[in-house]
Amino acid sequence: MQLIDPCDETRTVSVKNLRVETTDNLKQLVEDVSLELLPGEILGVVGESGSGKTTLGLALLGHCRRGLRIGAGTIRVGGELLSDKGPSELQRLRGRLVCYVPQDPATALNPALRIRTQLAECLDKNGSGRNISLEDLLEDVMLPSGAGFLHAFPHQLSGGQLQRVAIAMAFAARPRLIVMDEPTTGLDVSTQSHVLKTVRRLCESHRVAAVYVSHDIAVVASIANRTAVVYAGRIVEMGPTASVLFDPSHPYTRALIRAVPDIDSTATVSGLAGQAPDGGADLKRCSFVPRCALAVPACRATVPPAVPVRPGHEVRCLRAADREHIHERSRLLPEETGSRSNTLLDVRQLTASHGNAKILHDITFKIRAGECVGVVGTSGSGKTTLARSLAGLHEDARGQVIYRDSELVSGTRNRDADARRSIQYIFQSPYGSLNPRRSIGASVATALSQLTTVPAAERRARVLKAFDQVALPASAIDRFPHELSGGQRQRAAIARALIVDPDFLICDEITSALDVSVQARIMELLGELQREHGLTMLFVSHNLAVVRSIAQRVLVMQHGRIVESGLTEAVLTNPSAAVTRQLLQDAPRFSCARSAEYLEEHDVV
Amino acid sequence: MLKFTSAISPLMTLICRRIAFGALTLLILSMLVFFATEILPGDAARVVLGRAANETALQALREQLHLDEPVAARYWHWLVNICTGDFGTSLVNGRPIAELVASRLMNSAVLLVLTTGLTIPLAVGLGVFAALRRGRRSDSFLSVAALVVASLPEFVIGIGLIIVFATVVVQWLPPVSMVPPGTSVFARPLVLVLPTLTLGLVSFPYIFRMIRATMIDVLESDYMEMATLKGLPRWRMTFVHALPNAVAPAIQVVALMLAYLAGGTVMIEYVFGYAGLGQGLMNAIQSRDMPVIQVIVLLLAAFYVLVNLAADIVTILVTPKLRTGTW
Ligand SMILES: Nc1ncnc2c1ncn2[C@@H]1O[C@H](COP(=O)(O)OP(=O)(O)O)[C@@H](O)[C@H]1O
Ligand code: SF4
Ligand SMILES: [Mg+2]
Repeated sequence: MQLIDPCDETRTVSVKNLRVETTDNLKQLVEDVSLELLPGEILGVVGESGSGKTTLGLALLGHCRRGLRIGAGTIRVGGELLSDKGPSELQRLRGRLVCYVPQDPATALNPALRIRTQLAECLDKNGSGRNISLEDLLEDVMLPSGAGFLHAFPHQLSGGQLQRVAIAMAFAARPRLIVMDEPTTGLDVSTQSHVLKTVRRLCESHRVAAVYVSHDIAVVASIANRTAVVYAGRIVEMGPTASVLFDPSHPYTRALIRAVPDIDSTATVSGLAGQAPDGGADLKRCSFVPRCALAVPACRATVPPAVPVRPGHEVRCLRAADREHIHERSRLLPEETGSRSNTLLDVRQLTASHGNAKILHDITFKIRAGECVGVVGTSGSGKTTLARSLAGLHEDARGQVIYRDSELVSGTRNRDADARRSIQYIFQSPYGSLNPRRSIGASVATALSQLTTVPAAERRARVLKAFDQVALPASAIDRFPHELSGGQRQRAAIARALIVDPDFLICDEITSALDVSVQARIMELLGELQREHGLTMLFVSHNLAVVRSIAQRVLVMQHGRIVESGLTEAVLTNPSAAVTRQLLQDAPRFSCARSAEYLEEHDVV
Repeated sequence: MLKFTSAISPLMTLICRRIAFGALTLLILSMLVFFATEILPGDAARVVLGRAANETALQALREQLHLDEPVAARYWHWLVNICTGDFGTSLVNGRPIAELVASRLMNSAVLLVLTTGLTIPLAVGLGVFAALRRGRRSDSFLSVAALVVASLPEFVIGIGLIIVFATVVVQWLPPVSMVPPGTSVFARPLVLVLPTLTLGLVSFPYIFRMIRATMIDVLESDYMEMATLKGLPRWRMTFVHALPNAVAPAIQVVALMLAYLAGGTVMIEYVFGYAGLGQGLMNAIQSRDMPVIQVIVLLLAAFYVLVNLAADIVTILVTPKLRTGTW
């Protein structure tokens, strides 16, 4: 953003006025981006999905997806001007000077090639100069380096292992810059924590600069020295991570921070109003105008320039200096129902098995009407099986489940229509509840016609109302599941559950695959339903911060048993089980923004 | 029992299951073939001999076909006979069907092998080539050409080739591909050219387009983008990263096309008067020669099942995800 000498050799990366546009020149997906990185420095790039993070990250390797091109600007990495190179020269520099860690290694690693082959070709590129063995590479990322592991194919490894293989591949050539695109999205917290630590250690020890792309500010907070917030293709705020997180100056940054649940605070999240832009910068005005509560007429007249609010911290907002509009993060604790209300669900000695393997042992707990009970635990601890057993979807379950004074039989088919309406279940993957061959509207309406007596004439109106509740555009009603984004599909699945006015909602990791801003909206909606309509919930998640922001009570599971339970506050501030402590320790948190010393220096907060 | 099954590798279990499934399919097909041709309304003997047949001939035929026995028993005898290599005799000339079918089978096989041997490498090669150059001029040209050829029915292609190469335009090749009974087609190799060309043209666009689509899927995949970002050389991207992933789908395409060709030969052999199985089937249908129809249809069906079986097994063997369990 400030003028950078393009030949400054002390900087590993220097990007000036970069623009990535569609080849038909209609959209500028990355617009006027300038940034620089020192050796060993990690720059976090955050923004909602569709904001252009991936496009920006790929451009740093001189790569554009089909239909896109670098329209303007310079990219210099380690003394090489990438933006000037031809395809074959770029191909030579990639994997040596700049490397890439993909978002989803399960699809980015070649399914037909062994890990050995895929790792070794990263070394070959490196030439004969260095003496790094495959074993060293795997040790660097704490993977077993035995022949067996190297001999494996990608599908034989877990998500966390694959991601570490991808990271090993990126560090193999000891490049000057590594671009990581949401490398931990989709991993559970402990794996994520491992991966983050590994990346930080490697960047430091090998003096590699990194660009770390994520939609989750909490993750960026725990790894990046500096943070850039991207909105509609532009960097709207960039500065030292602590400065950006604890003293955000752009309204969008503030909204984004409010959308992320913080493990250390009881504040509820609040979603961002309005729709995320569908790609492309506005060249005439501030792109954030449609969603900005602070917009003034001047915002529609120009694109706000990047101005420093503090040394090294720049913001693109005309009202950045206006400080009075900043209010505290709301600290609204979801109300506790206490012992006032009746028990809605009473689970006694529930056990469940898959074939010969016993998955759940002796699960006993109660849920009172109107409360939200969170279920946390590492992956494989039996959370989903518990949720499915209560929903009647797990056939092989024993024990007593008493719902409103009568015993629930297992198997949804054996339950009467009212019980089926009253208890709704939302899957982790929305594909489970949406028929791929029917429009979203039809799928949602089916729930109405099967479980309620709502007359056909009113159904469409009810569907639209449910869409509105979950912030789905009305136009989605005629679209098919594959035509929606992951977040929209999940919201459609939620609409399908809510439309029948359930009394008890079972949510299984419903926000894990979503963007933080979409997640925030859904959390807000669920909180509202709970407060205003007395909806009772069982909320399964591996993300403690999310659970903390919605659940009054929490159950911690391990190996199919409840190892700890109690009020969320009590459990999280004073955990007794070892798993709970581990989960808390692994959760990414704002407070570990690395440049804590910066805060003291500049007297922020 | 448990121990025993776990001792066999999952791979073998998978393959054995697939083979068992193939055998079952064949059995069901044999029933379909038998009952479809056997259970005709009214008197089968009369259907075969026609309305004007006299009573003694009808009676003789009924005995020969064991029409007095229950259907299930007839099917059983027929199946056992076929399995032991006794295909029965033709109703038309009383000769053993095995003898009749053997030379035709040979001729058809020659046609099929020639066609696949020429078409598959060409179509696969061009399909991969077009995919690698997708969107460019060479790709568009190939794709349009394939589309045009694919839109022509096979007999139109056959007759068109006859007109061009054998009658009206030039007369380089024989318009019909008849060989005297008993002589090998290799005695007159020229008769093979037009049928092979026709079958090749019929199957080329199909394979070409499927391979091109498969290869494009592979090339647009995340792992190919990753290969680009790893800075791998082009040849390595194509041959080490892309092609191995296209093999399994390509095998399925080839199997489908082989199965299709087995049916396609019926029409082509008829057009060219080529003495293959297809023509034999047509003749048998015209003369209502039930046992011959049954045997030929069963042979075609068996070919179909075997090709698919082989394709599935090879697919299992070349796909790591199917071949290996979890590490
Ligand atoms: N190849 C492409 N052609 C046209 N538009 C694209 C292409 N790839 C992505 N886009 C659009 O660019 C915007 C930014 O996408 P992306 O960089 O993937 O965002 P992010 O990584 O932040 O989710 C999106 O609106 C997307 O629809
Ligand atoms: S420039 Fe105006 S519209 Fe843009 S973020 Fe600032 S106040 Fe809002
Ligand atoms: Mg992205």
